[in-house]
Amino acid sequence: MPQNVNELSVISSKQLYHYLEKRSSRKPDEFNVATNLFNGLVKGIEDVGMMQKLTQDQKKMLRKQSVDDLKNLNLLWLDSMINSEDQLREKMSLFWHGHFACRVINIYFQQQLINTIRQNALGNFGELLRDVSKSPSMLSFLNNQQNKKQHPNENFAREVMELFTMGRGNYTEDDVKEGARAFTGWGFSLHGEFVNRPFAHDDGNKTFLGKTGNFDGDDIISILLEQEQTAKFITQKIYKFFVNDTIDSEKINWLAKRFYESNYDIQKLMSDIFLSDWFYDEKNIGIHIKSPIELIAGIRRFLPMELDKPEVQLLFQHVLGQVLFYPPNVAGWPGGKNWIDSSALMFRLGIPQILANADNFVIRPKDDDDTMMGMEGVDKMERPRQVNSVVDWDSVLKVFDSEEKENLLEKISSIVLQTKDKIDSAVIDKYAGKQTREMYIQTMIVELMSTPEYQLC
Amino acid sequence: MLMFYKQKIKFNILIMLLKRKEFLQIGSLATASLFVPKFLKAFEQKSIVPPGNKILVVLQMSGGNDGLNTVIPVRNDIYYKSRPHLGIEKDKALLLTDEVGINPALPAFKQLFDEGGLSIMNGVGYPNPDRSHFRSMDIWQSASDSNKYVYTGWLGRYLDAQCDGCGKPTQALEVDDILSLALKGENNKGIAVKDPARLYNTSNEKYFREINAVHHPEEETVDYLYKMLSETLSSADYIFQQSKLHPSSQMYPATGLGKNLKTIASLIMSDINTQVYYVSIGSFDTHVNQDNQQKRLFTEMNDAVNAFINDLKNNNRFQDVLIMTFSEFGRRVAQNASGGTDHGTANSMFLISGGLQQKGLLNAMPNLADLDQGDLKYSVDFKNVYATILRQWLHADDVSILGKQYELMNFV
Repeated sequence: MPQNVNELSVISSKQLYHYLEKRSSRKPDEFNVATNLFNGLVKGIEDVGMMQKLTQDQKKMLRKQSVDDLKNLNLLWLDSMINSEDQLREKMSLFWHGHFACRVINIYFQQQLINTIRQNALGNFGELLRDVSKSPSMLSFLNNQQNKKQHPNENFAREVMELFTMGRGNYTEDDVKEGARAFTGWGFSLHGEFVNRPFAHDDGNKTFLGKTGNFDGDDIISILLEQEQTAKFITQKIYKFFVNDTIDSEKINWLAKRFYESNYDIQKLMSDIFLSDWFYDEKNIGIHIKSPIELIAGIRRFLPMELDKPEVQLLFQHVLGQVLFYPPNVAGWPGGKNWIDSSALMFRLGIPQILANADNFVIRPKDDDDTMMGMEGVDKMERPRQVNSVVDWDSVLKVFDSEEKENLLEKISSIVLQTKDKIDSAVIDKYAGKQTREMYIQTMIVELMSTPEYQLC
Repeated sequence: MLMFYKQKIKFNILIMLLKRKEFLQIGSLATASLFVPKFLKAFEQKSIVPPGNKILVVLQMSGGNDGLNTVIPVRNDIYYKSRPHLGIEKDKALLLTDEVGINPALPAFKQLFDEGGLSIMNGVGYPNPDRSHFRSMDIWQSASDSNKYVYTGWLGRYLDAQCDGCGKPTQALEVDDILSLALKGENNKGIAVKDPARLYNTSNEKYFREINAVHHPEEETVDYLYKMLSETLSSADYIFQQSKLHPSSQMYPATGLGKNLKTIASLIMSDINTQVYYVSIGSFDTHVNQDNQQKRLFTEMNDAVNAFINDLKNNNRFQDVLIMTFSEFGRRVAQNASGGTDHGTANSMFLISGGLQQKGLLNAMPNLADLDQGDLKYSVDFKNVYATILRQWLHADDVSILGKQYELMNFV
């Protein structure tokens, strides 16, 4: 938030971290956007098999309602990322949202999963992993409802190992098969409750990662957590997300060892990262390409605004390639340079002007079903669209009240941009509005946000 | 609120200063290029695709087109039994052979077939098919196995193989506002351009050109973004200029696909170095009331493709252009209870060109007596089709692009 900017300059980075940590330690509010219609339709249906009792029209209505509710969930979370003071928790939740990527059109399930993630984002990784693995979202997305003794389905076991814990190359195909046998019987009710179906469970002996026993799903997760490789895999992914895409094995090994020894305490791992001097090294600053969500939330955090149609942010997410609750697949968003192509970059550079009401835009996404998340008809015509926003410039301008005019550009630039080399000040100055001091500041902020440098943090 | 309102008025004055229009150098490329001498140079070498060079146009039919009502087995009892309402009668279908008909809304395709300009590949799919739109589209676009997650596309990797560091980012264009995974490579990406004039206007903002011109190399990631910006600005100029060189005089239908194919035709007739174009039509997700929806989309496709082919023929380029159609999956053999069909597996592909080596029906129709839980079993892996096009049409290294050697076919 802009009003905090000046405070930021007087406290040390480590003090700031302690503040963030403290703020984020409180329990997050649960999201609940599932509408009455959805509740009404689902109510009374005990088992997913009973879905057949619904008519075609009811099913269709359920899906449509889910899609609508998911849009609200998306915007609610985005708002929370923008306005919440629990920034560490929100950012960590965004990380886990990509790590435990899940794409199901069911508002109950998605809502339950994101609440689980936000709740445990800074808690214990083992518990988070267990809760997520037992969530109806993940069990349904990875087909474990179909994983039965007579017909094992390996999808769930494979992804739990490949993407959630150890990473490819650290287990055999036999481990996948045996793991899948242990997970047989794990399922869920339509209400979104985990159910263990003993009749579908294979209770024979399994040999998994060198251990043999009559394992069930919980045992498999425990064995996976016993592997130091799991700590290493998770640490490396967190390092890439928060520190640098280029990995530093020495640092990662040090962090992973402590993470493992702490029995997977996520908050401790984050303290280890943020309280290390190397985190603030020049080579680790201004090199991470912001994800579309980070970009949108960042602009809006700095420029408090009211949007007349907040849904437009869904369109932004779609155009830029990151729609919350719609990851491309179970591997999540690849991130980094994958965010950037010509059209995405030009749109990124245009967003500050669009959001600040200074420009319109023309976008007509292709008709492609579930990726459109019910946005069909949003923009069938190729016509310029205008976002009507009201920016609370007063709170932004206040930050620069005490600044001499000749220092303004440097000051604004140092706040808006995080890259080591700043953009050529003559160019920024040339395009800035000179009529009034307010205008000068406003135009410079929007200009600086419309640069390649602003894509980085 | 009042305070906000006042601020808004103030900001509206500021808008005047930032408005794009004011940044535009109207109609003057020369002036704009003063800011960008470095990257326009890349194009001065005139690396033109000479006439005779091969061009691929990929037409994506999004949503899962019903292949069995597209290429129809008109003498198959199982087909009519499975589709008592949706089945297309033999006398309604446009007959290609005694056994096979094409959807009545595709007369231009029937004519192309008769002339030897259209081949049909049946039963195309992949092992362990996925019935989610998104995932299956992912698999087709990335050309990955269904249990692997690959974040580059097959045409993006074509760009990586063909033009790494060649400074010609316009080799693959998607006529759309958003770039598909298919055109994203590791190091090179195609360009999404719905309308060359609009892209030109967006990128011709003096401010972008100027920050780009004053940028000097620093940290690698910043440089990557500036390189992308440079390429976009210069490509936007280049595409716009080229699109104006030979505006197509052919009449195209005023539909989405009609407009997009017209844009592609104008670029094909120019000197642009583009070898791959990508365009989509949809949605073919016909769970309900399939007949009307498929008919509407096929009519749009028929008329647009017909105009495009005539344009190519009139300009003597039909033998140099190959159109490949695909959809992320076909639909189930049996109709559902809502006058539609649900997500299925294997599907047919159209290959259209004046330069086909093998014409007509390229293989047998799918076997409706041998189904996998009501779904067609695939007989051709789509990656064999990709490999053939990459190697024999685009003369590219199919093995490095697809990660292994797929058996090549003979249609081109």
